[in-house]
Amino acid sequence: MAEREIVAGAIGQWRQAARTRAGTPRGGAGGRARLRLGVGAGLLGVLVLAAIVVPWLWPASEQLFDYTQVRLPPSGEHVFGTDQAGRDLFVRTLAGLRVSLLVAAICAVGAITLGTAVGAVAGFLGGWPDRVLMRLLDTVNAVPHLLLGIVIVALYRGSLTAVIVSIVVTHWTTVARIVRAEVLSLRRRPFVDAAISGGATRGHILRRHILPAVAGQAALSAVLVLPHAVWHETALSFLGLGLPPHLASIGNILSDARSELLLGGWWNVAFPSVLLVLTTLATAGIAATLRDRLVPRRRSELAL
Amino acid sequence: MERAELDGGVVSADVSAGVAAGRGAVSRRRAVGVLVLRRIALAVPVLLVVACGVFLLGAASPFDPIHQYYGENVFTASDQQLDRTRDELGLDDPIVVRFGHWLGGIVTGDLGTSRVFHQPVADVLAERLPWTLLLAGTGIVVAALLALVLGVVTAWRQGGLLDRIVTAVGQGMEGLPSFVVAFAAIGVFSLGLGWLPVAGVTDGDADATFAQVAEHLVLPALVLGVSQAPWLVLHLRQSLLTALADDHVIGARARGLPERLVVTGHALPTALLPFLNVLGTRVPELVTGAVLVETVFSWPGAASAMVEAGLAVDYPLLAVLALLATVAVLLGSLLADIATVVTDPRVRADG
Repeated sequence: MAEREIVAGAIGQWRQAARTRAGTPRGGAGGRARLRLGVGAGLLGVLVLAAIVVPWLWPASEQLFDYTQVRLPPSGEHVFGTDQAGRDLFVRTLAGLRVSLLVAAICAVGAITLGTAVGAVAGFLGGWPDRVLMRLLDTVNAVPHLLLGIVIVALYRGSLTAVIVSIVVTHWTTVARIVRAEVLSLRRRPFVDAAISGGATRGHILRRHILPAVAGQAALSAVLVLPHAVWHETALSFLGLGLPPHLASIGNILSDARSELLLGGWWNVAFPSVLLVLTTLATAGIAATLRDRLVPRRRSELAL
Repeated sequence: MERAELDGGVVSADVSAGVAAGRGAVSRRRAVGVLVLRRIALAVPVLLVVACGVFLLGAASPFDPIHQYYGENVFTASDQQLDRTRDELGLDDPIVVRFGHWLGGIVTGDLGTSRVFHQPVADVLAERLPWTLLLAGTGIVVAALLALVLGVVTAWRQGGLLDRIVTAVGQGMEGLPSFVVAFAAIGVFSLGLGWLPVAGVTDGDADATFAQVAEHLVLPALVLGVSQAPWLVLHLRQSLLTALADDHVIGARARGLPERLVVTGHALPTALLPFLNVLGTRVPELVTGAVLVETVFSWPGAASAMVEAGLAVDYPLLAVLALLATVAVLLGSLLADIATVVTDPRVRADG
């Protein structure tokens, strides 16, 4: 009996080992991935919808001060409570989420534009342009991104543009790496050879043959960048170096909330944090599933 | 009996490998030396480019240093006075001259004067860097210990309840900014239970005794460690799972070695090599985490000085700290590679 159990266990472990080698560490990953994608997309949909609709329909503005309603805990009237200036935290948090998502989306678009351009040029030209651009990429990655963001935002403070630029400058590297790897494999394909023998110029091949082929990868990497961009903007705003105070982003709200937490106002921190975490989790879940689906070999290669 | 012989064979093989390693110790040391020299040669251009970029950002900034130098007196000072100060500070020199002057200062150890702390940047660093190193060092130890324990347990019992919980929490926490963790920790342990202090390194003006600092270090170090841990846990779990499927582990199982010995003695060493490397490449995240955690806990370290310098547009301090962080990142990856060369007999030189 005991022996049989040991044998069964060993077979199970070998089966597991075989699966790990074959690149499918878990049986039935398809169903789980579909579930993760569904939950992520649904959650993100609800959050985006709420962030758009609620501040728009809500009777009070997220910036409305009301000193008769200061520091109220959550109740039926103020679902998330109110802050030190009597602002309703429910509408303020959702408006903040809208700002955060909007900024992150703009940054993601900027990052994939810059990253695709650099990655495509580096991968397509090869040789010294490739080496120079990749060294530049390594150099940008050698500075901790939040610190580079702090330097940029500090020197050009108080503007939305500074925050967006600081996020784009630190996030294009991910996209550039992915696009470059893709271009490197594409330029050896027969259709590129065919275009060359047809007399096409390099610019033409890049525009008409390479870029359309990497567009899918670039779009996917935008989803990968999105949660990072949300995180980066929130961290900068939290430090007081992000968006100007009149734009209520989640980071700005949390920045105010720290002193309120010490006074016992846990709701100032709890609800914005939960919404922030749900948003990043939903986007990260979608990104992970899409990556597994669009780049199947990556699952077995990286296995992360 | 047979098993003992087989294991004896393994041991003697290990011993002969050890002798070979002893013979190779000199070439190994040389390999490390070559690695260090090569990395320093590669680091110089990286640091130059970073310094140049940071300087250009500052030079193109709309903030005029003269305003900070004078404070509100800039409105009452005469144009002649302003011009003279500009002349003395060399603000009107060509940009190349200013860059050379600034870089020369940094190379020779004259880091400039911090405007927000009203003391030389070198003094600010000497005062604050030890606190950051204490916090970051404790944080990385906490993270590594968590990763070791949880990574081994989850990989050992893959698919079990603990594995599923840890994996889910780990993946969830990757999206969790460290200041949210810090808020939760303050809310529970400081405000709710009243066990630990909220901020600073000492109570009020108390002396920085060991007990005081230790008490104040617990919460920030735990928060930093816990927020760094998820990625490390998942990474170690994954590489241990791969190692458990290796031939030598299956061989160890086939010889009937106890499970504990198979996992800790045969699979774990293989899995620890990439883990060691990963630990060194996580310095950027550690620095970022330190910035946020130090700010939440009012920890008087260099990372929170970065935020204060940013808020006050204290350019000399900002630039030096950004360069210092870059040095830390390069140093982290160098240490990781040295560790790999020293511990992995298969790696001969820098790849």
